Amino acid sequence: MATPSNVAIAELEEAFQQRIDREEKIEPKDWMPDAYRQNLIRQMSQHAHSEVVGQLPEGEWITRAPTLRRKAILLAKVQDEAGHGLYLYSATETLGVSREELTEQLLAGSAKYASIFNYPTLTWADVGAIGWLVDGAAIVNQISLCRTSYGPYARAMVRICKEESFHVRQGYEIMTVLARGSAEQRAMAQDALDRWWWPTLMMFGPHDTDSAHSGRSMRWKIKRQSNDELRQKFVDQSVAQAEFLGLAIPDKALKWNDTRNHFDFGEIDWDEFRAVLDGEGPCNHERMEARRKADEEARWIRGATLAYAEKERVRSSTGTES
Amino acid sequence: MRETTYDPAHIEYVLRLGDNALILGQRLCEWSGHSALVEEDVAMANIALDYIGRARDLLTLACELDGGNQSEDDLAFKRDEEEFKNFLLCELPIGDFAWTIVRQVLLDTYHFHLYDQLQRSSDQKLATIAAKSIKESTSHLRHCSHWLTRLGDGTDESHRRVQDALNEQWRFTGELFAADAIDEFALAVGIGPDLSDLRERWHAQIASILHHATLTQPIDAPPVAGGRQGLHTEHMAGLLACMQSVQRAYPGLEW
Amino acid sequence: MSKNLPLWEVFLRSRRGLEHKHVGSLHAADPEQAMQYARDVYTRRLEGCSIWVVRSADIHASQEGDAAAFFDPAEDKVYRHASFYDVPDGLKL
Repeated sequence: MATPSNVAIAELEEAFQQRIDREEKIEPKDWMPDAYRQNLIRQMSQHAHSEVVGQLPEGEWITRAPTLRRKAILLAKVQDEAGHGLYLYSATETLGVSREELTEQLLAGSAKYASIFNYPTLTWADVGAIGWLVDGAAIVNQISLCRTSYGPYARAMVRICKEESFHVRQGYEIMTVLARGSAEQRAMAQDALDRWWWPTLMMFGPHDTDSAHSGRSMRWKIKRQSNDELRQKFVDQSVAQAEFLGLAIPDKALKWNDTRNHFDFGEIDWDEFRAVLDGEGPCNHERMEARRKADEEARWIRGATLAYAEKERVRSSTGTES
Repeated sequence: MRETTYDPAHIEYVLRLGDNALILGQRLCEWSGHSALVEEDVAMANIALDYIGRARDLLTLACELDGGNQSEDDLAFKRDEEEFKNFLLCELPIGDFAWTIVRQVLLDTYHFHLYDQLQRSSDQKLATIAAKSIKESTSHLRHCSHWLTRLGDGTDESHRRVQDALNEQWRFTGELFAADAIDEFALAVGIGPDLSDLRERWHAQIASILHHATLTQPIDAPPVAGGRQGLHTEHMAGLLACMQSVQRAYPGLEW
Repeated sequence: MSKNLPLWEVFLRSRRGLEHKHVGSLHAADPEQAMQYARDVYTRRLEGCSIWVVRSADIHASQEGDAAAFFDPAEDKVYRHASFYDVPDGLKL
């Protein structure tokens, strides 16, 4: 026998699912199953952390950009990542979790960020490859998320997608110049593609059959397309782009399949995927160290800001000079 | 080729302005992704972008005045250390947030008054750049002087950090107003302002900002200078090695 | 000292003649800082010509649980809409 409260919850859950099925958005004050809320917090905060940590690999090259035009573009691009992190933190906070808690989860290692950012940027061509491939892959995922069921997340995604298209184009432009440049520039471009291709494919996550959260996320329409569908879409669109550059995608198994109407491609090295996710990638330590250092500085800065605000409040209530 | 030839002092005057914007902008770029507050990553990048944009305008103008045989990138990436003519204060490392905010307040106040005057420069192109720059500097100064107040009048720790940074940076401010032949030329032909007048305006405003932030103005010590003669601090070599690394490794290519 | 800075909601007027619209939120210690950050974070591409910032804690929101009692009474007042009325053919009204 179900207890009355269980019955009530079952009814709420039923109504909730119907609302999702009708393509109605869920808004912050609505009732939602706790698992839906937790699932969203996990996915959205991971997304937000990825934007913030994602500043670091490319940020390495703002100071080294080879022209002032490239420097300004890259700076504006990395600035957008910080902005996108803020849009997403702000959307996540509508679920009743504070930015501070989210940051603590990141620093404690209980919240993840995209494992791609644990790879190092070694040459200027890496900046091109990241814009072209990593942001290209991110957009494939984000366009799909513009239709996600949670209103604030969907709205943040719409805004982010509008801005991200510039990121892909600036990356591809860098690759185009290198591909048409000197022999060493072409080699630099090919080397960057060789190193970033497979980690980019990993960005879409495990196969659908191995994805822990996928089924439920799809039913709740948090995710609208599966990891494998999105990955396929990305591979299909990238082949012609690489061909135009005259660069070779480092996958011998990559081949057009007439029956599937898609490109077949090789298997991802899942051991590497798990190792990087578990903190054993080339730059995991450096990335976390940078965030930890920022957080330490944030403590005395926040302390000062709050102390000043309190002094101002007292001064204005006692009518002394502000 | 243009018919008019410009006085080398005119070109040098514009180049110095460009170098100040470039080197300070380059330093501010280092904050990307490392700010304590993500909001501040966005804010600091906006300031850095303004400086890089200003550097591009000024260096391009310097190239035009010089006959148009060079580009902004030639000036930024192909000159040696002794050819850079920025103030030493611009090239010092970014330090912590307190250090960066103090430097910004000192230099943004300077730039605010400088570009206010340069709007009336006899060099029309410089006046146009100044009209754009003054808007930027107004907003930088607002942002950074608010921060200085919060940190100065915040906790003991934040107060100590900004006061220490101020004490350390103060000796570099004398260089901002040390007029030499280039400045005298600029003043004489109406390109640039009177630096002694600029110094008074700067001092008055800095005194008011520091008072508001409950900070103590350091006692004037013998100024440290040399940037405008191309004699830099030890920090400059590292800054340039980083900034010019790609161009130096692969000379003569398009990027 | 590990308290969060207060949360602020940001509203933008995208151009003159239009209303302010909610675009997101941010953390700031005071109105000046909130305004400055709102400019930096939400108007990087000239998205606005006027900004409002409001402390999130100062916003009173209608409750979802209350929505039926609160909004449904307007449902049957169809006569408030012009389309409810028949207009004789060929006549402008």
